[in-house]
Formats: sequence, C-alpha cells, structure tokens
Amino acid sequence: MDTTSIGWVGLAASLVLVAVALGLSTVFRLGLAREMLWAVARAAVQLLAVGLALGLVLDPDTPVAWAWAWVAAMCVLAAWTVQRRVPEVPGLLPLALAANVAVAVVSLGVIFGLGIFPVSARTVVPLGGMMLGNSMTATVVVARRVVAELRDRRDEVEARLALGCPWTEASRPYVRQAMRVATTTQVESTKAVGLIFLPGAMTGLVLAGVDATDAVQVQLAIMYLILGSVATSVAVMGLGLARRLFTPDHRLVPLRREA
Amino acid sequence: MDRSACQTAGVSSGDAAHSFRFEGVSLDRTGSDGGVLRVLDDVSTEWSLGGPQCVVGPSGSGKSTLLRLCNRLDVPTGGRVLFDGEDVATLDPLVLRRRVGMVFQRVTLFAGTVAANFAVARPDVTAEEGAAALRRVDLPSNLLDRPAGELSGGEGQRVCLARTLLTDPEVVLMDEVTSSLDTASRHEIEHLAHDLTHQGIGVVWVTHDLAQAQRLASSITVVRSGKVLDDDDARRYLRQATAHGTGTDHDWHHDQPGEGG
Repeated sequence: MDTTSIGWVGLAASLVLVAVALGLSTVFRLGLAREMLWAVARAAVQLLAVGLALGLVLDPDTPVAWAWAWVAAMCVLAAWTVQRRVPEVPGLLPLALAANVAVAVVSLGVIFGLGIFPVSARTVVPLGGMMLGNSMTATVVVARRVVAELRDRRDEVEARLALGCPWTEASRPYVRQAMRVATTTQVESTKAVGLIFLPGAMTGLVLAGVDATDAVQVQLAIMYLILGSVATSVAVMGLGLARRLFTPDHRLVPLRREA
Repeated sequence: MDRSACQTAGVSSGDAAHSFRFEGVSLDRTGSDGGVLRVLDDVSTEWSLGGPQCVVGPSGSGKSTLLRLCNRLDVPTGGRVLFDGEDVATLDPLVLRRRVGMVFQRVTLFAGTVAANFAVARPDVTAEEGAAALRRVDLPSNLLDRPAGELSGGEGQRVCLARTLLTDPEVVLMDEVTSSLDTASRHEIEHLAHDLTHQGIGVVWVTHDLAQAQRLASSITVVRSGKVLDDDDARRYLRQATAHGTGTDHDWHHDQPGEGG
C-alpha cells in the first residue's frame, strides 16, 4: 500500500506545479497570482482541518453516529452554499435543506437499505459527500433556471393563469424545462464517464491498489447514487421553488434579474 | 350627445350587462431600485359593459394595471374591485379568471398546435369545438393542426381570443391587443370585439390609440398618471388629443366618476 501515502515531502514537492501555474500567470500577465495563492492556501487549510476531523470520525473506536452527524452537517453546509449562490431568491435555505434531506433519505436509504455498502464511517461519510456535492450543483442550476424561465416567460405563464389554470399547471412546462437542464448535465457526464475522464472515486481506488474491476463496480454504484441524488434534489428544489414563486391566489410574484 | 352604433348595440343586453366597479383603488409597486412606485392612485370609477368599454391613456399611465385587477393577475394595495357587485378578492381566482378572460398585447401562443393551445383552456376540447372556436374568430377550421408558431400576428391574436372564448367568459379584457398588428388585422379584431358585445359578452378594451377607442367604444375612461380623469378633464383631454381631427363622429361618452368610493 506504498502508493496510498505520499507523505509531507511528496505534498511539498507537488507545490512545484503551483509554481508552474504562478509562473504562467505572471508571464501572460493574467493577474491571478494572488487569487491562486489564496486558493491553494485555503484548500490546504480546509482539507487539513477536514482530514483531522475525519480522522477522529473514521477511528474504529468512534461510534458510527458521528458519521451520520457529519452527513447532517454537510447537509446544512451545502444548503447554505446553495442559498449564497442563488441571491435572486431570498430565503432559500429551508428549501435547499429540504432538498438535501430528501436526497440523503432516498439515496443513503437505498445504498444502505439494500446493503450495497456496509454501514460504517468509512462508507457513510464519503458517499454522503459525493451525493451532496453533486446534488448541490444541480440544485443551484435548477433554482436559477426556474427563476429565469418563469421570469422570461412571464407572458406565457400569465396567459395560462388568465385561462384559469392553477399555478401548478401554468408553471409546469417552464419548471419541467428547468429540471431537464439541471439533470441533463449529470446524465451527460454519466454517459461520458470512463471515455473522457476517470472519475475521482475510481482514481482513488486504483491509486490505493484496488483491482480495476472492483474499482469499476464501486464507481458505477457511486455514479448511479449521484444520478439518483441529482434527480431527487432537482425535483424537490424545482417544484418547491415554483411553489414559492406563486401566491396562494395563483399570481406570479415579481421576479428580478440576479443582482 | 349622439348615440353611437355601439351604444345601440349595448342596449340590447340592457340590464343583464356585467359591471366592474373600482372603489378607492390604489396600487404600489416596488421598483427594481427598491423605490415604491404608485401605479394607481385612489381610482374610483364604474364600467357597465353593455357595449365596448375603452380605457385610454398614455403608456405607463396605469391602464393595463387597471385591467389586470379585474381578473386578479394583480391585487390592489388599497381599495377594492367589484365584479357584478362582488368583491373580486372574495371570489376563487381560478373561477373568476374563466368568467373574466383576458387577451394580451403580445401574442402569447404556447408551443404546439392550435389545438394544443385550445386544450390549455379546455382540456377535453373536441375537434368540433375547436373548429367552432376558430369560426367564431373568422378563421378556417383547418388551422387546428397547424403549429402555433407558423401563424401570422393577426391569426395568432385571433387564436388567442378563440382560446379565451373556450372558457365561456362573461367578460373579455383586451390589453392593447392590436398594437402590434397591421391595419387589416386591427379592424378585423375590432369587429370581433363588437360581435362579442352583441353576444352579451362584456368587452373592456385598453388602447393608447384614441382614434380606435372612438371608433369602438360606447364608453371611454381616461387614465393619466395612475388616476382616472373626471368627466370634464376627460372631455378636455380627448378634445386636445384629437385636435388634429382624425374623424367626424367622436361618439363617445364616458363613465361618471365613482359614486361609491
């Protein structure tokens, strides 16, 4: 298992690549040097802190409840990130949280309910991370698209409302379009996987010396987990947000362009 | 004052005529800069829809908003709107919007065929009903299977009207429906609006085209800067606006200032 540890010296050596990036930024006057240094330092501090905490959670003596608490914390953090990235809809946090909880219940329920992976801190934490990280991106996309579709097609939505359609029907084609866009990205990357890039989990397993077939099986299960998670979060956020953009008496609220 | 042809038409549906009544209606909108804009300011007026009721005024005067209050696409910040004596705020908006239909300035056809557009108004619409709806707006029934995107502006707007009529409305609100159309289509739709009032369907017609209002209306309301002008001011406004003499018979009279508010 020599390949699994690069040690502090190895990590320090990889900084040479940062120097390459900084050099290029300077040569081409991209003005990104400060930004890059900040990103590199921040990533290091964040991941080292996470690693430290993760070490405690993964310790065989630590009860698995701490792993679930970790997932819960990720749910909150991801929801908070979604809210920050969709400033055009104020107060999105509860809905984003609901989407994450739905994703966790559905995806982790299937993964552990069917016994695909054994329940342990070593499975709960990374699978929860994969699931939430990907669905968070899709949640942001669907939220922005729902707002954009309903805003840009306000004429059509109001024409439908004026025909006596309830908001659910009046918004359906536009919300559906937003949900398609948000889910398509994940479907596309599921199709392209392996041909264009080796996904992270598989790369990690292969580096760790796991047999390629085993690595592929794990990776596929994770891809399907992500697909299910993305679809779930898109549905909850898409429909939940559409509901919030209409008044109880079926009027479309004023929608502004993002700040 | 002379009595126009449309007034005569209105008389036939006499006491059964539908009415809208605005009582001290105000509407404030928050602008994109966060400032509050008073779109309508203490409007009190009444429309009795025996014949076409026109609402004229410069763009941005609040006349479209006045219309949108009638089917609750907007709700007033203050005051109330009565339809046939009932406060629209107490009516189920989904029922109200089928009783009070609306056709918009922009031709808003949905994706799909004309028949698919009709199905939004009435999901169980049959081919015969669809064809009848098209005949009602003087369009051939073979248009039913045409993609809505292929229609001309005039055809499209007439399909929008036919779509609205499929909900069996008692009143149709028309918001600048001919402003993007050519002269022939414009007259065609004016003619259709007339027919509707003959059939006992109330018509409220918003336009910035004064000549059109005077051709069409049995009654004209003038809106300026969020206020409905009273009798004398409205007369003065219309006289000034038509000072260049666009026609000979300006047979309009307009509603009395609201007696309730």
